[in-house]
Amino acid sequence: MEDEVKLMKGNEAIAHAAIRYGADGYFGYPITPQSEIMETLMDEKPWETTGMVVLQAESEVSAINMVYGGAACGKRVMTSSSSPGISLKQEGISYMAGAELPALIVNVMRGGPGLGTIQPSQADYFQTVKGGGHGDYRLITLAPASVQEMADHVALGFDLAFKYNNPAMILADGVIGQMMEKVILPEQKPRKTEEEIRKEQPWATLGKTHGRKPNIITSLELDPAVMEQNNIRFQQKYNQIEENEVIYEELLCDDAEYLIVAFGSTARISQTTVELARKEGIKVGLFRPITLWPFPKKKLKAYSEKVKGILTVELNAGQMVEDVKLAVECKIPVNFYGRLGGIVPTPDEVLDELKKLL
Amino acid sequence: MAKIKGTVVVDTERCKGCDLCVVACPTDVLELAKEVNSKGYNYARMKNPDECIGCANCGYVCPDGCITIYKVKI
Amino acid sequence: MNTLEIIKPENLVYGKPRLMNDNPMHYCPGCSHGVIHKLIAEVIEEMGMEEQTIGIAPVGCAVFAYNYLDIDWQEAAHGRAPALATAVKRLNPDKMVFTYQGDGDLAAIGTAETIHACNRGENIVIVFVNNAIYGMTGGQMAPTTLLGMSTATCPHGRNVELNGYPLKISDLLAQLDGTCLVTRQAVHTAAAVKKAKKMLRKAFENSMSHKGTSIVEFVSTCASGWKMSPDQSNKWMVENMFPKYPLGDLKDI
Repeated sequence: MEDEVKLMKGNEAIAHAAIRYGADGYFGYPITPQSEIMETLMDEKPWETTGMVVLQAESEVSAINMVYGGAACGKRVMTSSSSPGISLKQEGISYMAGAELPALIVNVMRGGPGLGTIQPSQADYFQTVKGGGHGDYRLITLAPASVQEMADHVALGFDLAFKYNNPAMILADGVIGQMMEKVILPEQKPRKTEEEIRKEQPWATLGKTHGRKPNIITSLELDPAVMEQNNIRFQQKYNQIEENEVIYEELLCDDAEYLIVAFGSTARISQTTVELARKEGIKVGLFRPITLWPFPKKKLKAYSEKVKGILTVELNAGQMVEDVKLAVECKIPVNFYGRLGGIVPTPDEVLDELKKLL
Repeated sequence: MAKIKGTVVVDTERCKGCDLCVVACPTDVLELAKEVNSKGYNYARMKNPDECIGCANCGYVCPDGCITIYKVKI
Repeated sequence: MNTLEIIKPENLVYGKPRLMNDNPMHYCPGCSHGVIHKLIAEVIEEMGMEEQTIGIAPVGCAVFAYNYLDIDWQEAAHGRAPALATAVKRLNPDKMVFTYQGDGDLAAIGTAETIHACNRGENIVIVFVNNAIYGMTGGQMAPTTLLGMSTATCPHGRNVELNGYPLKISDLLAQLDGTCLVTRQAVHTAAAVKKAKKMLRKAFENSMSHKGTSIVEFVSTCASGWKMSPDQSNKWMVENMFPKYPLGDLKDI
């Protein structure tokens, strides 16, 4: 069968991909620029086809806690929001990390701080990969740069979340959420049956069957010795994720003397910059982290032996650049270029910045 | 006329000596012991076992589920 | 007939419910939580629903409720239990789902989650323990603390200018179209316990017949927080709490 190519927004692709993945539930609260996710789901009425539950909650706080409840049943559940709403969800995300619950959270970033702007931004990088909520935890973070990746990262995010019993986030920005592009949606998968969940997620709270101990989903442990062990176990898991799950894309990096490092929409812009620079004879490549956590630090460290300098481009005041600097251990110059407040740079602007590095 | 005779068994280790069973008993069967359990609580016990009618009031109000009640018609 | 002759399985009248395990409960002596736990265990047991029940524990004194009843449990963040329960029930309509919440959890930090779960008519049971004080954190003011009542954060007594009024949240919930049963009970006497159990059973049955949200408020004591003996606490509750929070059914349809 030939793949059906469709034209849609990134936000819509997330919704369709979730239904086709066999997601069990979506719980959300409207906020620009991602409201099309829930709107599309409500329009599609998946409860009549796959049985997926879609519910508009009274707040982002409630929505993320609905996700906690659903995830604790071993169900494939998700939520989506944009920056201010994601701030509200941090409580639930920390609790899910602490209770080791898998779930998918989508953040279609807008400019902050505060109510900020509805225009695109990448200013939630720190919030997402360095913590966000309280406690020592990590969030698996995927950064799509196309509508196709918005669709693909739904399955990738759920799969990683369930592989490691940890929440995963799709960290997109308003550009990727709002732009229309062609996309090939995945095949419809069936939702997991209760029997399958009981087998694959034996910790799920679906009712204590005869003979087994009660399943208790909690992040609470008052004995510091046990709590330390819990934390050590989490850290071992995070190390394992860093070891096994790094994803990135390289464009014209083989012969590159300089690298642009960018994710999401700025990677798209920088791709054009690379093309413009190459025409001028500048040997530059684009390195695009797809997982922001785990961050591709080993690969970037390897590049520090090969290239003369790096320009990091972001829609913020300089966040991922810190991880790039850490990765290359200050062996080569790492410059930064960013626009703030919802302004998106042009490829020429980025090219001018690149030339400052030469 | 048949007489009802009851008795209570207190899980003295579980008992926290809250006294609510003593208050709830309509026939003044229970008291708190002068002795304490391993946690230091004066546990409940029967002082007038012959008066127990097995009404289970003590059990209903016991917050810790440490009272078991039996009764027979004699 | 001596005592030992009476103690036989066939003569058993009352005992700890099977679903309540042998873990010693962390509650203070005389705490109402224990009786309410027992009632929930008895109802689930009598309905034969232990393999189908999921409880949502709160933050507050009952945070460890999951250690005492042998069913599946989820521990919620403070106030969020109705949100968890909403998802659990919607994703598993055939399961029996309840939250267990104190006054701070349900009527302060979780007011939004509570009201909206009730307003959507989620087919869950909300067990609400109202002892007018924050027990776990050391006796601070609750939304339901009575006027004039002193707590750690209103040591000179709750006063309207500073603290506002005691919140009769069950009355408010009874106004919502999504609720089918809102009842206020207590567990200070054997008679009260029996009556409360009947209403609790009705609440759980409502949830299984998808009638809407059922709320069972337990006007309760906190002997440690109130700084009284358990018996004195019961008397104080009858004299002071019941006039503000009168027992009975606020809604039963």
